[in-house]
Amino acid sequence: MAKSHKPVVWFPFAAGGTVIAFFIPVIVFLTFLAALGHVPAGLSYERMHAFAGSGLGKLIIFGVVSLSLWSSAHRLRCTCFDFGLRADTLAATVLYIGAIVGSLLSAVYLLQI
Amino acid sequence: MSRRPLVRECPPTTWYFRQPRYLRYMSREITSIFVGAYCVLLVVALQRLAAGPAAWEAFLLGLRSADSIVFHLLALAAASYHAATWFNATQKAMPVQIGEDFVPGNLISGAHYVAWAVLSVVILYLAGVF
Amino acid sequence: MKERLVQLEVLRYNPDIDTEARFQRYEVVCQEEWVVLDALNKIKADIDPTLNFRWSCHMAVCGSCGMMINGEPKLSCHAFLRAYEGVIRVEPLAHFPIERDLVTAPDDFMEKLKRVKPYIIPKEEKPISEGEYKQTPAQLMKFRQYSMCINCMLCYAACPEYGLEPEFIGPAALTMAHRYNQDSRDGGRKERQEVVATHEGVWTCTFVGACSEVCPAHVDPASALQQMKITSSIDWIVEHLIPGGKS
Repeated sequence: MAKSHKPVVWFPFAAGGTVIAFFIPVIVFLTFLAALGHVPAGLSYERMHAFAGSGLGKLIIFGVVSLSLWSSAHRLRCTCFDFGLRADTLAATVLYIGAIVGSLLSAVYLLQI
Repeated sequence: MSRRPLVRECPPTTWYFRQPRYLRYMSREITSIFVGAYCVLLVVALQRLAAGPAAWEAFLLGLRSADSIVFHLLALAAASYHAATWFNATQKAMPVQIGEDFVPGNLISGAHYVAWAVLSVVILYLAGVF
Repeated sequence: MKERLVQLEVLRYNPDIDTEARFQRYEVVCQEEWVVLDALNKIKADIDPTLNFRWSCHMAVCGSCGMMINGEPKLSCHAFLRAYEGVIRVEPLAHFPIERDLVTAPDDFMEKLKRVKPYIIPKEEKPISEGEYKQTPAQLMKFRQYSMCINCMLCYAACPEYGLEPEFIGPAALTMAHRYNQDSRDGGRKERQEVVATHEGVWTCTFVGACSEVCPAHVDPASALQQMKITSSIDWIVEHLIPGGKS
């Protein structure tokens, strides 16, 4: 069989997995605090708007969200296969398109800020 | 004497119940459901942030429900389990050889945990948690 | 020496008679320090000479006696009876067709092992008159761990992806490719990539890690496969994204 193009989806998966590992737990904790009613000062509209308004902030947010979406999509695709779902092409298409749409929307919203 | 090998099928939907290590693997993989769902929440948050202060405040208020708290606990557990298994795995993917010896794998993974802790503390500080 | 009465539930399959496998219960008096292989040999000697199983060295170096013991891939010479309670279930190595009783057909593994070209493809051909290929201890250490494989196929029995996708080249064979890729005397990595970088090569692997957990020779095939995923990804970028880049 010919050499696979899997690296196209795997490299961003590996990058995203690293991003998720380092960033997502603390971000979840921040919104968790908000869910408990103790909104951290950094999550106020002014602070968040200022952060997302900066070029660096946009890049960081987009990087974290898009790579995390992609990594989750790829892992979920593999998990579907492990759970016995043999329609791998369908799962891959749905999940990767979902990740791409999510990333595009993030970019759109970030550009509006 | 003829060969008539017997093929045993691997059950495609229940194989992971056969060994505890398979269940641990599936637990690791399932974290992607919760992490992915949380990322969708982040996209929604970005939309609310772009829509203005009223929308953002409504978003923060909307987070305060029992369902949201349960979801956050699951997401936190999932993200943490992902992080731990990821850091433990990196030592396998990137062996560091110095001369004839290899840097102990636990040192490589340990360095990741330390970086994670430092980064998290920095982010918590910047977010005004303390 | 203390003795213990051991009960084994052993899978039986006779291709001349049976259409499916069945289990047979044996009760045998064993010495305290025995392994499962000793119990099987006692059964064959004293109780049932028709029981078939492979074994050779009885010291975990030949890789012949791999079996599923209570659902776990193990070398039967390496599975101490004192570690088990109750009836011990003994089955042929998972994910391989059963030839007879506990003997599996390793044909698939043998074929895959050949496909990865598990031999030195010299970087530079030189005649014997020019002397040996020299290697420092550090260069040896780069691949030594991966050379310890005893071809016992426990990793194939443990790997769920091999069970689900039988075309998967599998942990041991792919690790052999990595062993030679890492060898300073070898120049065949590009050739092996034609096999390694395919879907049934490293890309079926999802890093379950079961292979490394069951490996009796501490080869750590999982680490070899992850390292090859990284090099294969870098290859892909060089081949497809860098103008004039050839892997």
